[in-house]
Amino acid sequence: MLQITNLHATADGREILKGLDLSVSAGEVHAIMGPNGSGKSTLAQILAGHPVYIVTEGLVTFEGRDLLDMEPEERAQAGLFLAFQYPVSIRGITNAYFLRAGVNAIRKSQGLPELDPLDFLDVLQEKLKVIGWDDSFLNRPVNDGFSGGEKKRNEILQMAVLEPRLAVLDETDSGLDIDALKTVAAAVNKLRAPERATIVVTHYQRLLNYIIPDVVHVLVDGRIARSGSKELALELEARGYDWIKPEADVA
Amino acid sequence: MTSTSSIEAQVLQPYKYGFVTDIESELAPAGLNEDIIRLISEKKGEPTWMLDWRLKAYQQWTGMTEPKWANVKYGPIDYQAIHYYAAPKQQKKLGSLDEVDPKLLETFEKLGIPISEQKRLSGVAVDAVFDSVSVATTFKETLAAAGVIFLPISEAIREHPDLVRRWLGSVVPHNDNFFAALNSAVFTDGSFAYIPKGVLCPLELSTYFRINAQATGQFERTLIVADEGSYVSYLEGCSAPSRDENQLHAAVVELVALDDATIKYSTIQNWYPGDEHGKGGIYNFVTKRGKCAGKSSKISWTQVETGSAITWKYPGCILQGDDSVGEFYSVAVTSRRQQADTGTKMIHIGKNTKSTIVSKGISADRGQNTYRGLVKIMKGAEGARNYSQCDSMLIGDKCGAHTFPYIDVRNSSAIMEHEASTSKIGEDQIFYLRQRGLKAEDAVSMVVAGFCKDVFRELPMEFAVEAQNLLSISLEGSVG
Repeated sequence: MLQITNLHATADGREILKGLDLSVSAGEVHAIMGPNGSGKSTLAQILAGHPVYIVTEGLVTFEGRDLLDMEPEERAQAGLFLAFQYPVSIRGITNAYFLRAGVNAIRKSQGLPELDPLDFLDVLQEKLKVIGWDDSFLNRPVNDGFSGGEKKRNEILQMAVLEPRLAVLDETDSGLDIDALKTVAAAVNKLRAPERATIVVTHYQRLLNYIIPDVVHVLVDGRIARSGSKELALELEARGYDWIKPEADVA
Repeated sequence: MTSTSSIEAQVLQPYKYGFVTDIESELAPAGLNEDIIRLISEKKGEPTWMLDWRLKAYQQWTGMTEPKWANVKYGPIDYQAIHYYAAPKQQKKLGSLDEVDPKLLETFEKLGIPISEQKRLSGVAVDAVFDSVSVATTFKETLAAAGVIFLPISEAIREHPDLVRRWLGSVVPHNDNFFAALNSAVFTDGSFAYIPKGVLCPLELSTYFRINAQATGQFERTLIVADEGSYVSYLEGCSAPSRDENQLHAAVVELVALDDATIKYSTIQNWYPGDEHGKGGIYNFVTKRGKCAGKSSKISWTQVETGSAITWKYPGCILQGDDSVGEFYSVAVTSRRQQADTGTKMIHIGKNTKSTIVSKGISADRGQNTYRGLVKIMKGAEGARNYSQCDSMLIGDKCGAHTFPYIDVRNSSAIMEHEASTSKIGEDQIFYLRQRGLKAEDAVSMVVAGFCKDVFRELPMEFAVEAQNLLSISLEGSVG
């Protein structure tokens, strides 16, 4: 589904990714861990097409298409979703309107008829249950005045509504209490399907107790330093990241 | 990859209403003197008192100087180079719309203001003004049945001289300011509305102003009087062809609300803004003022300003009656080299008077946007309240936003609230929306619409949609 080969990228002239390789197949959940500044969020942003990051070398294909050649909205329309680490707020636009605009933009690109507000409300009701919210969140402006945890839940609501082929969760667990964490994990697990994949970027092993990854990668200094099974996450939790670094140099 | 520069590129969409109607017009010689004023007055078949009023205004105007305090820059205006009267030919007394030149009907249709019998907007009575004359007023009979008078002001002067004479200049005197005095001397047409006691006007009243002829100015005058307990909602729209020279528009609008009356006045101003190098465009110097003369009366101004090279405009309310209410809701957009200095004046005279000001300025490209507002609480205005909110949004880094709120309080019981904010349309906001599948231009449109929501919801239905579209054209150009 997603194939990243020798990816190099810079931001403000500084090289952050230095030859990253990653392959994700349909049906899989990959976790990406690593110390601060190793390039985890950069990778997530580059996959979504943030204009601040410049890819200097390498190739990324998504379902056979050259991802780097696609505009951000084309990537979204192709089924790539990013749950932002810091979701922005949009004044004066209700959550319901925003969600429907997203769904309809994607439907339109696929040649499907747009959903009217009433049809869409039915869809929404269902999804709200998944994250344990009531209607009141629908009429509030997008993320405006939301707490940190509410913003993260809102990202997951969007993911549930948009049903992406590939979801990238950028530190969605940070700042969440245990109940919220479980809710988020349940929503992600609900989306698990043979035709979908998820990349979970996280600092903590804790989330991976609830979202069991197929593969765990450790990102150090802009490269995948080590990949392994879910036990690798436990090992990292116990030993930290320092012991990984030498191997990275060898690799 | 899309970045701020491409958001800016979307701002520079061509002006959609810049076409010229090829119609022969009758033009007064250029220049301004007493003879021209006599000519205008004669063309309009005016009574002597009207001519005398004009001449009085002209004499005062010759001794006045153009105000220079506004935060706008433009070259000198040659008042002697302007034609003060232009009318499409074959203007006889028209019995019905069938006799209106089809080219004129077509022009208004192209502007989205159909005035022919079969296509007129339902629920809206339209007075269409083309250069110096009104070409058609729809739904006259329906309005007459309700007792509402809605006429081109030139006709009202002839047919209802007592009403016009009583109220004309009662809110904006003939010598109020340089541009108002000029207007008083040379105004050519505009609308007059009178809503009798206790009548809720059954239709939205609307005037659409179109400048067409070259080297002309447009000087329309609008007077609306809402008698005791009446209600009226009035809409004003305007546009002009794209021309290389600047054209002057100096209008005056006067509103009078008597006891318990409400006037809701909405404007969508879309005069030609000039090209991206700042060439051409309308100079819009307008005096708009409402007087809440009666107790518990209310005047509400809503404006969406997207056009003009220069905008100089401060729709205000004189809150004379006790418990009267004044409101001002504004969205002003400046892009290219447009400059806007706009805001409001709320003068609290009566007891327990209330005013609300919500101003949203959007600056893009090299646009300069200034909010200038005065809230004055007079000594006798016991218990007056004001709430002001001024928000500015910047798109790109070559534009500017400025805020000048003046407050003058002479009664210690007044309660004043003021909020202001300036924000930059964020690359992160646009990216966020695009990540959810929206095209860049739709993303900009959504952020801007959200920013303007407090104002748009004050617009009548028919206008809210138009305003939204207009903003899309001014800022995104996605609407084809």
